[in-house]
Amino acid sequence: MAEKPRLKIPKEAKKGEVIEIKTLLPHVMESGQRKDKDGQTIPRKIINKFACEFNGKPVFTANMEPAIAANPYMQFHAKVEESGTFKFTWTDDDGTVTTAEEKITVS
Amino acid sequence: MRQLSRRDALALASGAALTVTGWSTGASAAAKEAAEQITKFTGGKTAEKGKISIELPEIAENGNTVPLSVTVDAPMTADNYVSEILIIADGNPNPGVATFHLSPLAGKAEASTRIRLATTQNIIAVAKTSKGEFFTNQKLVKVTIGGCGG
Repeated sequence: MAEKPRLKIPKEAKKGEVIEIKTLLPHVMESGQRKDKDGQTIPRKIINKFACEFNGKPVFTANMEPAIAANPYMQFHAKVEESGTFKFTWTDDDGTVTTAEEKITVS
Repeated sequence: MRQLSRRDALALASGAALTVTGWSTGASAAAKEAAEQITKFTGGKTAEKGKISIELPEIAENGNTVPLSVTVDAPMTADNYVSEILIIADGNPNPGVATFHLSPLAGKAEASTRIRLATTQNIIAVAKTSKGEFFTNQKLVKVTIGGCGG
């Protein structure tokens, strides 16, 4: 899993502001429904969980099914009261975990 | 246009009948499973209709990636907030799409993603608040090309 997640998140915010966060992880999200040209079912391989934490506290978690499109995109919000770090985690069916971090300055 | 022979016509008709029956059993099984998943989520409670807005294109030309946005019209305070949102597609081979878990830190009961839809169907959203209330809403989306491969 060499793919790098893409994040869109403000670097600065005012105390108490609700900011918008956009995330995307390049991934096939193989549904387990498709068949290859020999008629064999291609095994399911998806990101089944996405989580966002701020300073160690949970903000937003998504449990995902194969009905999430390839390159899973998530857009959500966070209310920031203090400066800190957002941590994002994507968990693959095969156990691979991809993480990313982004700092924000709150004034 | 070529005239259909009697044999062709018969073959076509039986083929069509097969497709229709096959599809309808599939669809009702999915709808049943969708209902089961919703009951499991609410613990058998009835969800009040409304308070959720689902944004989806009316017609999705490509079922492989359909933008979806859900917003729950409810407060997000420390002691009263939307804790979970379940998304169900009642015509997909597996009706479950996603479950979002929110904390008061999320600030807004809103999430967007991109989903796969096999066919024209209803998207159902059920929200749970920290007080144990349930809200639901649904939206029909027409799909031109299904997104489940095969």
